[in-house]
Amino acid sequence: MEALKEELKNKIITTLNLEDIAIEDIADNDSLFGDGLGLDSIDALELIVILDKDYGIKLVDPKEGKTIFQSIETMAAYISANRTK
Amino acid sequence: MTQNKTYIQSYITIQNNEIVLNGTSVFKIEPTDFGDFSKQAYRNFEIQYPKFFKMDALSKLAFLGAELLLSPIISAEEENNIALVLANKSSSLDTDVKYQESISDKENYFPSPAVFVYTLPNICLGEISIRHQLKSENSFFIFDVLNAEFLSKYSEILLNTNKADSVLCGWVEYFNDNYKAFLCLISKEENEKYRNANINTLYNK
Repeated sequence: MEALKEELKNKIITTLNLEDIAIEDIADNDSLFGDGLGLDSIDALELIVILDKDYGIKLVDPKEGKTIFQSIETMAAYISANRTK
Repeated sequence: MTQNKTYIQSYITIQNNEIVLNGTSVFKIEPTDFGDFSKQAYRNFEIQYPKFFKMDALSKLAFLGAELLLSPIISAEEENNIALVLANKSSSLDTDVKYQESISDKENYFPSPAVFVYTLPNICLGEISIRHQLKSENSFFIFDVLNAEFLSKYSEILLNTNKADSVLCGWVEYFNDNYKAFLCLISKEENEKYRNANINTLYNK
């Protein structure tokens, strides 16, 4: 699980072009949106693409994203339980 | 419509790894690609706006030009009625091509929303408007070459019909790492500094 969290932090920084943020700056329980990492709605769509492309998870109900993308912790838990690749 | 004379207040040119503000070179680096150039310029001018790194090249180019012209003169706390009138030749083709390439493999079909949102040239106007809290008139035109007369007349109309207090207008062209931005700020405020200049002469300087 720790390796997956690290991998997710890396992917988020690279895919979402978070130029001024390092892996160490993201705590596992930090909010990804709002006052946390400050991601926006387009970033949310990119996260859905990451789930599909890299882990074979298709979100049927986009509303699920609100819970899944709360933090690195929640993302990693969801991916571990549902990944197909 | 009251016809008042309009004046160029300031201008900026960005091309060939250099930024020239009001005729003075303010940033120049050794030849590199635009991605690297724009990042170094952002750092050099100590701009604090992380969303910059999410923009496509055309928006970064327009953003940098607008940033250096507008930031010294406007305040985010006040409403600024500055219209935006930009033009180029290649529209958003550079990003369009990148997006098309990203969806050409049907076996590996993962369209990127972050790239898709930049597949329109006028998105760069939105980026400038968000940055400077502008709720003003804005238009983006496509021409084969800079149409200085059109830009000048369009700006005059906006100013003389009180649709805007100032107009940021110019040329923002980007395709395949070839780029040139020329932006100027025009208003009715008298300014003798560029009395004998016009968009064409400053663009070709």
